Amino acid sequence: MKITSTAVAGTLESSDVYVKVEPCDALEISIESVVYNQFAEEIEASVKNVLNEMGVESGKISINDKGAIDCVIQARVETAIKRAGGNK
Amino acid sequence: MRRSMLFIPGNTPNLLMNGDVLGADAIILDLEDAVSPAEKDSARILVRNALKHLNYKGCEIIIRINPVDTDYWQLDLNEVVPLKPNLIMPPKVSCAEDVKIVSNYIAELEEKYGMEKNTVKLIPLIETALGVENAYQIASADERVAAIFLGGEDLTADLRCKRTKEGNEIFYSRSRMVVAARAAGVDVYDTPFTDVDDIDGLYADAAFAKSLGFTGKASISPRHVEGINEVFSPTQAEIDYAHEVMETIRIAKEQGKGVVSLRGKMIDAPIVERARQVIEMEKAMFGEVEDDE
Repeated sequence: MKITSTAVAGTLESSDVYVKVEPCDALEISIESVVYNQFAEEIEASVKNVLNEMGVESGKISINDKGAIDCVIQARVETAIKRAGGNK
Repeated sequence: MRRSMLFIPGNTPNLLMNGDVLGADAIILDLEDAVSPAEKDSARILVRNALKHLNYKGCEIIIRINPVDTDYWQLDLNEVVPLKPNLIMPPKVSCAEDVKIVSNYIAELEEKYGMEKNTVKLIPLIETALGVENAYQIASADERVAAIFLGGEDLTADLRCKRTKEGNEIFYSRSRMVVAARAAGVDVYDTPFTDVDDIDGLYADAAFAKSLGFTGKASISPRHVEGINEVFSPTQAEIDYAHEVMETIRIAKEQGKGVVSLRGKMIDAPIVERARQVIEMEKAMFGEVEDDE
């Protein structure tokens, strides 16, 4: 799937994550998290897992995590990508 | 055993994560009223992931999908049915045909994903005047229907009357739902009590619903779960009496007596049946108990 527009998903509530995806020639992932020091690598791996499954090779992915668990992060990334690909 | 059913908004991670620790016998992950139209896609994916990855222990999972007159209900079922929730709750069910439409689509998905037929049951939400009038047809529309559930808020809007704490405006509907469900051989659940802070009112409302014959009651607040469970559980006195009834029957059989009495009252078939139901509840609540028969 190709990211053709800017889209967001999730919230800044506790246990949730706010995801913004934008078109970009390269793949750029930025992560802010209340648990960055402990879980940054796991969050990035979780994001990349969704990107791989959805065949996304490029795009700017911004993650603002408020302590979401893995399945929530994956859900929000999937939603944002589907929205950015015009697929609701 | 399903006494309490707690609604949990489908797009709220912190509530979804903790759904099984709030004491409810069943949790209803809501994709309908608790989710705005702009977030339907998000909630659907989140609930699917929650079902896939979270281990909900000790409670049933019910998914309230969107109504069949929207574009969402099939998308909802596509995501959740493969993960085998216990029940699907279609809202605004007004006739048997509404049930058949949902059931047939679930059957297609069960076949597609190699699931046993009728793995996923239905609890239609009846919340229109037409739905109440058709309650028996809805309850008996399909073998997938395990229970029916009365939604008082939408119903009173449809009846064009005010929803009150006393609930006189839904007395007929409550009674009709109970009769329809029992005639069809399925369970029946009462509408939530919507004043979250009025715990005394909750107890009174739940006790009234129980007195009419409801199996249990839904809740929109975790604070109401304990009260609902308490009201819809047999008391220790009821449990003790049930065991006395079964013991009396056992002794009578041994002695070849046809008619027996306990505490001056004849033990007839309905009393024995009620005693059996109480002991079944006791087993569900506390595990196996000593069999009196």
